[in-house]
Amino acid sequence: MNPKLRLATVWLGGCSGCHMSLLDLDEWLIDLAAHVDLVYSPIADTKIFPSAVDLALVEGAIANNEHLELIHTIRRNSRILVSLGDCAVTGNVTALRNPLGAAAPTLQQIYVDHGDPRGIIPSEPGIVPVLLDTVVPVHAVVPVDHFLPGCPPPAPRIRAMLEALLEGRTPDAQGPEMLRFG
Amino acid sequence: MSQRIVIDPVTRIEGHAKISIYLDDMGEVSDARFHVTEFRGFERFCEGRPFWEMPAITARICGICPVSHLLASAKAGDGILAVDIPPAADKLRRMMNLAQIVQSHALSFFHLSGPDFILGFDSDPATRNVFGLIAANPELARSGIRLRQFGQEVIEHLGGRKIHPAWAVPGGVRSGLPDQARQAIREKLPEAFSITRAAIGHMKTFLDTYRDEAASFGTFESLFMGLVADDGTWEHYGGALRVVDATGAILEDHVEARRYAEIIGEAVEPWSYLKFPYYQPRGYPDGMYRVGPLARINVCRSFGTPQADDELIELRQRGGATIKSSFFYHYARLVEILGALERIARLLDDPDLASRRLRADAGVNRLESVGISEAPRGSLIHHYKVDEHGLITQVNLIIATGQNNLAMNRTVAQIARRFVRGNTIPEGMLNRVEAGIRAFDPCLSCSTHAAGQMALDVRLIGPDGQELDRVVR
Ligand code: SF4
Repeated sequence: MNPKLRLATVWLGGCSGCHMSLLDLDEWLIDLAAHVDLVYSPIADTKIFPSAVDLALVEGAIANNEHLELIHTIRRNSRILVSLGDCAVTGNVTALRNPLGAAAPTLQQIYVDHGDPRGIIPSEPGIVPVLLDTVVPVHAVVPVDHFLPGCPPPAPRIRAMLEALLEGRTPDAQGPEMLRFG
Repeated sequence: MSQRIVIDPVTRIEGHAKISIYLDDMGEVSDARFHVTEFRGFERFCEGRPFWEMPAITARICGICPVSHLLASAKAGDGILAVDIPPAADKLRRMMNLAQIVQSHALSFFHLSGPDFILGFDSDPATRNVFGLIAANPELARSGIRLRQFGQEVIEHLGGRKIHPAWAVPGGVRSGLPDQARQAIREKLPEAFSITRAAIGHMKTFLDTYRDEAASFGTFESLFMGLVADDGTWEHYGGALRVVDATGAILEDHVEARRYAEIIGEAVEPWSYLKFPYYQPRGYPDGMYRVGPLARINVCRSFGTPQADDELIELRQRGGATIKSSFFYHYARLVEILGALERIARLLDDPDLASRRLRADAGVNRLESVGISEAPRGSLIHHYKVDEHGLITQVNLIIATGQNNLAMNRTVAQIARRFVRGNTIPEGMLNRVEAGIRAFDPCLSCSTHAAGQMALDVRLIGPDGQELDRVVR
């Protein structure tokens, strides 16, 4: 038997819907558990992105400095990187703030002008990440091996891709079943 | 030197967060903070969009409870049209919300907190997750997966997809529930009931096993807020807001959606993207209140369904008439699943569901409206202003998890004081601090992506706690 695949799932600037769709694999998760070790995930307890990851599924766009640092680590430490869902693939809803311009005026408006007149903007160094002025998709920062669109990609689409990758095949990302956005 | 211990990221909650625990010179815990680190700015970029689009867009705030946003948004939209939606639409929306309560609570109990309960707080962190649970107790894991699946499938039967169905719209819903789907749901109900009852049995054991945790996981006095029906029974979609204090005394009742700002104010802190709502009459931060399953149970008279009401009696025997321990969120969640299943069963037999009248047509008749529904994690408020063309001019979203922000900070500090000693901190203790947060099942995708605007009463507070200024608008 092949050794178990080291699987990481990562949540960047997204709504967690893509992770929920992953959980919609339902009982197939039990089969999956026989073939993978979940080494990093919002549903697991590892705090540091590990090395020698075989497969990293990334949900969400790159929206702040911590995402930016993390995505470089993910790329360095992962053999296969998948952009999971429209936010990772295009920026999608997370990028809807881009036309508003730089992050600072948006924060000013939300937290101060329409918020708390103490004039506080969340900004504690090392605690709240600095927003990027422009939200970008994952492949704008690091090379991506496979793209799985959908908002979120339905569970059967995720399963088809995982089955291919587990068998060492290239996922057959064709046709409306695999490629539809939204 | 005082020092700070940072847990980064906090895991097995739905979102991006860190916790800081502050130690004083003696190495004792002096303070703890729960930081929310994501921001998406929905309230800002929705300006200028037609209110018709809001249910589908705001559902993307959160993949765990998209239905909550869908419904709160559609209800706000109903108000802009100034219509009463057809009875069938009302009942179908209710069914979807109940299904979401089932799936989201199942996720919280089995997938996220289950590993702590079943594998133990001090078990190996490498396997303390749902996959570890699958390995250790496959049948229990499978039952949790199937219960969540039941909820997701009801949502799919109604809305055509499990996540982000664009189904509820201002004025009603897009489609009904075909007989076949009704039958399919009916057939799966008995299993869902038996999984839930078994889980409640487990929960009672955990209360004994984890007596220490139950006593120290965020046990404190606070206010509680949630929707209740006109007769004071448990509510999740209609009714009006009620606020009770730690003794169960009713401070506010029959507060309709449009009056929410009279009781809720919002504050900002530099160390979190999540705002801090508080009960206005008590000010910030004294107006700390809790929302969600525990709060709904504390504000309601009864469930109004027999099985859940039986469990409620025992829940109150164990936790008190007004329950103060946040550990009981877990228990309350399971009893809510039971009550939700009973209500789904009841709705399936409702003759109104067969009606083809699902949507009321109208144009813009009001320029401002507020919609409230109970998300799994607590009251969710969507407040819109539009121009005469129905384009959004202002949005305010008050999210369940935000309303628990003050209580979560209090919880973290309390647990840290109880378990953290000195400079060497066993992993299991850090996990307990996280587990305290997990009891609230915070949905940070919601809370962080909807930074609020338009606080209607805001106070300026100096370092000594003095109120320096106050603006009400
Ligand atoms: S692609 Fe859709 S479901 Fe996935 S994170 Fe983005 S908004 Fe959520």
